[in-house]
Amino acid sequence: MLAKLVQIITWANFAGFSPLILSRSPVLVTRSSLTDEKEGLTLDELLSQAFNGLSLGSVLLLISLGLAFSFGLMNVINMAHGEFIMVGAYTTYLLQQILAPALGGVSGGLTFLISIPVAFLAAGLLGFLLENTLIRFLYGRPLDTLLATWGVGLVLQQLARTIFGAPNVQVVSPGWLSGGFSPLPGLNLPYKRLFIIGLVLICVAAIYLYLYRSRSGRRMRAVMQNREIAGTLGIATRRVDGITFAIGSGLAGVAGSALTLIGPIGPTLGTNYIVDAFLVVVLGGVGRLPGTILAALLIGVFNTLLELQTSASIGKVLVFVLVIIFLQWKPRGLVALRSR
Amino acid sequence: MLEVSNLNVYYGQSRILEDVVITVPKGKVTCLLGRNGVGKTTLLKALMGVLKVRSGSISYAGQNITSWLPHKRARAGIAQVPQGRGIFPYLTVAENLELGLEAASARRGQAMEEMYGQFPILSTFARRMAGTLSGGQQQQLALARALISQPKLLLLDEPTEGIQPSIVLEIEELLISLKQRSNLTILLVEQYLDFALAVADYCYVMEHGSIVMRGDPAQITRDQASEYITV
Repeated sequence: MLAKLVQIITWANFAGFSPLILSRSPVLVTRSSLTDEKEGLTLDELLSQAFNGLSLGSVLLLISLGLAFSFGLMNVINMAHGEFIMVGAYTTYLLQQILAPALGGVSGGLTFLISIPVAFLAAGLLGFLLENTLIRFLYGRPLDTLLATWGVGLVLQQLARTIFGAPNVQVVSPGWLSGGFSPLPGLNLPYKRLFIIGLVLICVAAIYLYLYRSRSGRRMRAVMQNREIAGTLGIATRRVDGITFAIGSGLAGVAGSALTLIGPIGPTLGTNYIVDAFLVVVLGGVGRLPGTILAALLIGVFNTLLELQTSASIGKVLVFVLVIIFLQWKPRGLVALRSR
Repeated sequence: MLEVSNLNVYYGQSRILEDVVITVPKGKVTCLLGRNGVGKTTLLKALMGVLKVRSGSISYAGQNITSWLPHKRARAGIAQVPQGRGIFPYLTVAENLELGLEAASARRGQAMEEMYGQFPILSTFARRMAGTLSGGQQQQLALARALISQPKLLLLDEPTEGIQPSIVLEIEELLISLKQRSNLTILLVEQYLDFALAVADYCYVMEHGSIVMRGDPAQITRDQASEYITV
């Protein structure tokens, strides 16, 4: 059923219903070194493309991590997840407006660093409220959940439009993130990209530590594997649901905060990313964090390589075709577990 | 310890339990016998709070717990070994055991050591995914996970189901020794008459969602029981 869902969403994208990050990624894929026709790739071009793939993969991973919780672990199809990304982005914007004058100006970057955890808390709190007031009543009814959360997403978008206005706004990136690192001539690694890769690494490490090294994480894994039994062992499953959803939403907020580095933000920021996030989680294997990581990197690298060999839109089409073929062959995704 | 009075449980329109009345006295092993589909597991699920009760009441240690959520019952000292073992296949054996401590205030290290002493196989496989254990090993894990919280009342759903005879004997010995050295109260659901009669202090026999027979193990003879269970 999930593979079907992704197919439908994917075809909807072909038809042009929603713009995709993969096509909105001129900032990611720098093709300047390829303007003249050459046979084969030089080393720095290869490294540069590998970095672009990694960079695109890290953005994909960042927007998918939150969904790996709400969709992957809880099987809740939360169409408002993209709006949590948007909330994180606007939180960053708002903090910059309020705090920057007091904390060394907009390009000082201190407000940006502060805004990442604040975006996590803001989106997490919103997610917690959504779970408690709406989603908990719709467990086991995926279609109703999908429609209801889509409605919530629209409301949040309109709310953002009312508060911040319809035009996009710009968050000024910290000064120390402008420019790039050049280990080789012709190879430039922008600091913003490196920062996002670093942020993803920190997020993944934090999630791993939480899930596999903390009691709360263990409870969460237990509830997601067998809710009934977890309850009879003394775990308050309702509370675990709320926390799981809040963490997933909070991670979307972090992604939103990081996305302000890439471009301007607007009320529909999240809708541009939500499809790719679902694609990554389903390809990785629902409920499998290592699968999500692998899927994000694979899609990032393949997309970059295929774009290089063809064109941006054909490259995207090829990625989708590959994903669909793969899911026909292995419907449970890249990483599936077995037991007796 | 546990008083169940006039309990009625429905799945939709079908009435599964009809005015069930049982008493589980403190420190004793009470056994519930009956064929497949007579409502034994439904009764245990209702006692654990997993299934909603239509009418009737459950009282435990003097409190009416009929409307309590499962986790609250667990924290009050009720533990279960569910049908099908109910272990978490994608958690390690050690993690499964540690989850048993969610309902208890017992010290972690000490409690784990005790269980590993009782079930050495679990210590050997502590770092393995529980889903890779064999059926018998999973059953021992489920039992250890229930016992580690030092419950006051233990609900056992067919612990001998699909288990080789030598391990059935081990479980039998374990239950008898548990009964002797702690004042654990046990409600055991069984189809395996010899096992049940060996460990039980009192027996109930169920048929079509009602209790049809009750008495000491000595009073439940094979002839009588054979009407309601396969012996």
